Amino acid sequence: MATADRTTCLDRREAVRELLRDRGELLVVSGLGSSSYDVFAAGDHDGNMYLWGAMGAAALVGLGVALAQRDRPVAVFTGDGEQLMALGALATIAVQKPGNYTLIVLDNGRFAETGMQRTHTDLGIDMHRMAAAAGFAAAVELRDLSAVRSFRPQLSRLSGGPRFATVKIAAEDKPRALPPRDGVYLKNRFRHHLGFPVK
Amino acid sequence: MTSDASAFAPDPAWPDQLHRALREARIGCASYVPDAGHARLIELLHDDAEVRTTVLTTEEEGIAVAAGAWLGGARSVLLMQSSGVGNCINMLSLIATCRFPFLTLVTMRGEWAEFNPWQVPMSRATEGALELMGVKIMRVEHAGDAYPTVQAAAALAFDSDQAVAVLLAQRMLGQKQWVK
Repeated sequence: MATADRTTCLDRREAVRELLRDRGELLVVSGLGSSSYDVFAAGDHDGNMYLWGAMGAAALVGLGVALAQRDRPVAVFTGDGEQLMALGALATIAVQKPGNYTLIVLDNGRFAETGMQRTHTDLGIDMHRMAAAAGFAAAVELRDLSAVRSFRPQLSRLSGGPRFATVKIAAEDKPRALPPRDGVYLKNRFRHHLGFPVK
Repeated sequence: MTSDASAFAPDPAWPDQLHRALREARIGCASYVPDAGHARLIELLHDDAEVRTTVLTTEEEGIAVAAGAWLGGARSVLLMQSSGVGNCINMLSLIATCRFPFLTLVTMRGEWAEFNPWQVPMSRATEGALELMGVKIMRVEHAGDAYPTVQAAAALAFDSDQAVAVLLAQRMLGQKQWVK
């Protein structure tokens, strides 16, 4: 793939807000950095688990949730930088065949948090094709808002996964929208949302 | 070195004891990077309809899966060998920061009649690396201790929200056959 034309790419906040509109029963895990800010900016929710570190974890934290909560749809929002660190996770997720699972990679081709250095996706790697090769049941690349809107109902499904979507977003810094970063609070809030008592 | 068969004779029952302890602790998810020492336990877990098994491409994935499973209400165990502990370091910050309960069973290489020198450095660093990241160490030297140790480790992990690694001594696992 040639280097993406970033001038026609999506606004990340708008794309995430659109994907989380009328989210219903959806449980969400977000990866460190801008992905967590985007999910928080779309509206805080007890069923959100924002990660602020442990780079590489988000897709697999989501897998754990999806395996334990088969009756709830689960979506992970993370960046190309984080997912490139955990390409093996695509294999681990694919072979589990979690029908209720969707992995969204917000792809700006940059390590946005650390100075906008170019990532591998800006240097020729198509991550949705890697997900397809790993065996994701569906793997798409979303380049405009109408494609994002058409994809949104997929997030509510309990079968037919795992699904993968690259969302091509513009490489631009957004104002910070900072979710809580106390991990114990976030963990207990999420579990309380699912009906588990805090000890 | 003279090999005294009795000194290395493995007690074949300990993996079954580990399985019993895990089931009694209501473990519902097990993830692993295989190790010869864990082969029997992995088989038992695969055959157990109550346990969801996840094969990993690298050990730290299992830490994230365990955290997610706990968020979703399930208890997990991660199986690996000592060389895999080194892959887990930063991912353990997820456990420490969120105070997730965490249980891992680690088969030791590189510490007892080891043939492969490449196993030795990480073996020597295993306990220190885990302790640096806040994981409590419990060692099993003898097959008879396998069940009570894992039972206690699981209680500590899931009742007290602690990170616990049970290290299974290479002496107990039996010697790997290099010349067949």
